[in-house]
Amino acid sequence: MDDLILTPNIDGADDFYAELLANHEGLDKADSDVLNARLVLVLANHIGNRAILTQALAAAALKKEV
Amino acid sequence: MNKIFEVPLYAYDRSPDQDAPAPVRHKVAVIGAGPVGLAAAIDLAQQGIEVVVLDDNDKVSFGSRAICFAKRPLEILDRLGCGQPMVDKGVQWNLGKVFFDDRQVYDFNLLPEEGHARPAFINLQQYYFEEYMVNRVRELQEQGAPIEIRGRNKVEAIGTHPDHVKLEVETPEGSYTLEADWLIACDGAGSPTRRMLGKDFVGRVFEDNFLIADVIMDADFPTERWFWFDPPFNKGQSALLHKQPDGVWRIDLQLGWDIDKEREKRPENVIPRLKAMLGEDVQFELEWVSIYTFQCRRMEQFRHGRVIFAGDAAHQVSPFGARGANSGLQDTDNLIWKLRLVMEGKAPESLLDSYDMERVHGADENILNSSRSTDFITPKSEMSRILRDAVLDLSEHHEFARPLVNSGRLSVPCTYDGSPLNSADALDGPARTRPGSPCPDAPLGDEFLLPKLADKFTLLTIDADAPDLIEEDGVEVTRLALSVKDDATLALKERYLGDNESGVYLIRPDQHVAARRPSFDEPQIRAAIRRATGKE
Ligand SMILES: Cc1cc2nc3c(=O)[nH]c(=O)nc-3n(C[C@H](O)[C@H](O)[C@H](O)COP(=O)(O)OP(=O)(O)OC[C@H]3O[C@@H](n4cnc5c(N)ncnc54)[C@H](O)[C@@H]3O)c2cc1C
Repeated sequence: MDDLILTPNIDGADDFYAELLANHEGLDKADSDVLNARLVLVLANHIGNRAILTQALAAAALKKEV
Repeated sequence: MNKIFEVPLYAYDRSPDQDAPAPVRHKVAVIGAGPVGLAAAIDLAQQGIEVVVLDDNDKVSFGSRAICFAKRPLEILDRLGCGQPMVDKGVQWNLGKVFFDDRQVYDFNLLPEEGHARPAFINLQQYYFEEYMVNRVRELQEQGAPIEIRGRNKVEAIGTHPDHVKLEVETPEGSYTLEADWLIACDGAGSPTRRMLGKDFVGRVFEDNFLIADVIMDADFPTERWFWFDPPFNKGQSALLHKQPDGVWRIDLQLGWDIDKEREKRPENVIPRLKAMLGEDVQFELEWVSIYTFQCRRMEQFRHGRVIFAGDAAHQVSPFGARGANSGLQDTDNLIWKLRLVMEGKAPESLLDSYDMERVHGADENILNSSRSTDFITPKSEMSRILRDAVLDLSEHHEFARPLVNSGRLSVPCTYDGSPLNSADALDGPARTRPGSPCPDAPLGDEFLLPKLADKFTLLTIDADAPDLIEEDGVEVTRLALSVKDDATLALKERYLGDNESGVYLIRPDQHVAARRPSFDEPQIRAAIRRATGKE
């Protein structure tokens, strides 16, 4: 069974976070929400694996059993 | 009882310069007896170069200001002969906790790497830090070193000339003129020198205010760094609690932008805030309170002819990450050996431009890190707050989110990648010791590597042959011959050789790697020495 990675896995975490914020800069809240929604869908497609996506949804909901 | 920061440490004393018929010329003048000016002066005097330090005050830093000092500055202070009292007095810490809203989301251990003489961090009040440096100045004076601190000597005007600078100095007994071949401006973030030379200081002001308080309390909070995001006692803001020696605790409380600073600073307003944080029953006494708005900015160039800027005068960062004094000490560490070679005629003046290049690079790295921390602590938009809070919520449940939590990336030295002083890397060795890197310490039995590196260039050989002394165009390089067998823990091998059987490192006086290769090659090493001294 495939497992969602929940340990640190991004090289240069600070650079990534700064880039994420930079992409939201100058957007109003509604446009930022839309950007986030698109980002979720793009990343989900990249992952592809249905089992992992289900685990990711549970992790994001902060469900204990994950 | 008087606090140490209320007692004059270098009281005004009339200098013969004030009665001289013509301005007296000194080798080097330093403006400012803060941590950075003192480090510059000690470094010079220790190497036999005459220096006079002018400060408009006569005491150490008022209140505590800096508290967190990192390993690299402690190693620099060891070279300056005053690291030990700092480490003896300082509080060492590795543990921390992060709180969000009403709960702890996680705790951490910095897990410092083994095999270093100095700890990852100590906490020590800035006034002790400065006092120990002044003690070191006194010790050097007793040994006859050419160093002087002149208290209540305020520099009022500066004249720059191709081969010297002229200073107008105001004292309680009137003003006098003094000259120096070189001037190092360490006069702090508000640098009057910068203003007098008409140089810019550009960057970002963070629209926020922080109440910084040092309280004396007899509490059994552990020696840990505690950081709160959005706690019940300071809704929508952040807070920090950190221990210093003598039962003094540092508290930072974020207050937001629209406040009345004078009102917030009054004890009747500060005390209820602290009680809400510490608990009603905790007994404490206020040692020092101040309110800051933080900024990140730097000068475009740190060298202007014979005037060289260092420390806060050259660059300013927000304190999240403790990069102010820590990086200022790396400035003078980088500068003084270069200045000495130039003054002795052993290197071209252009070597000093590498100070500018390398330390501007360092300042940019520090500004980037502390801006990011500040942006995490004070989100700039609704979405950055949502993302920030999402990171914090996730961090409670999932380890992956913890590296994204940013309450300050603690000061580490920078690597001078791309510096013109570096020679091409000729060893397929560990990345951390590539040319430009600060040398990591390593144990050698009961001793350590870094104290064995001199104020001069060193040729470190590990299981390799080389001459004991090389002189290249006036620059002396002494060999330090080691073997992997000198360190049973194998840290030396792991940090300097990797999979190689042997290695030869050319190490600058500031303990940064200039060149490395698997074995000694005389023409190549001579070329590396010339390159590292600005001659190639
Ligand atoms: C709340 C707070 C917390 C901090 N925490 C940390 C930390 O944990 N770690 C860290 O590394 N840094 C920290 N810092 C930053 C640190 O305090 C500064 O980076 C450091 O003091 C800079 O040293 P300096 O010698 O460059 O300048 P300063 O310490 O500002 O010294 C400048 C000196 O120049 C003198 N001077 C000014 N004008 C003249 C003149 N015209 N003539 C003669 N003398 C003059 C002044 O009297 C002063 O003594 C903190 C700062 C603050 C405010």
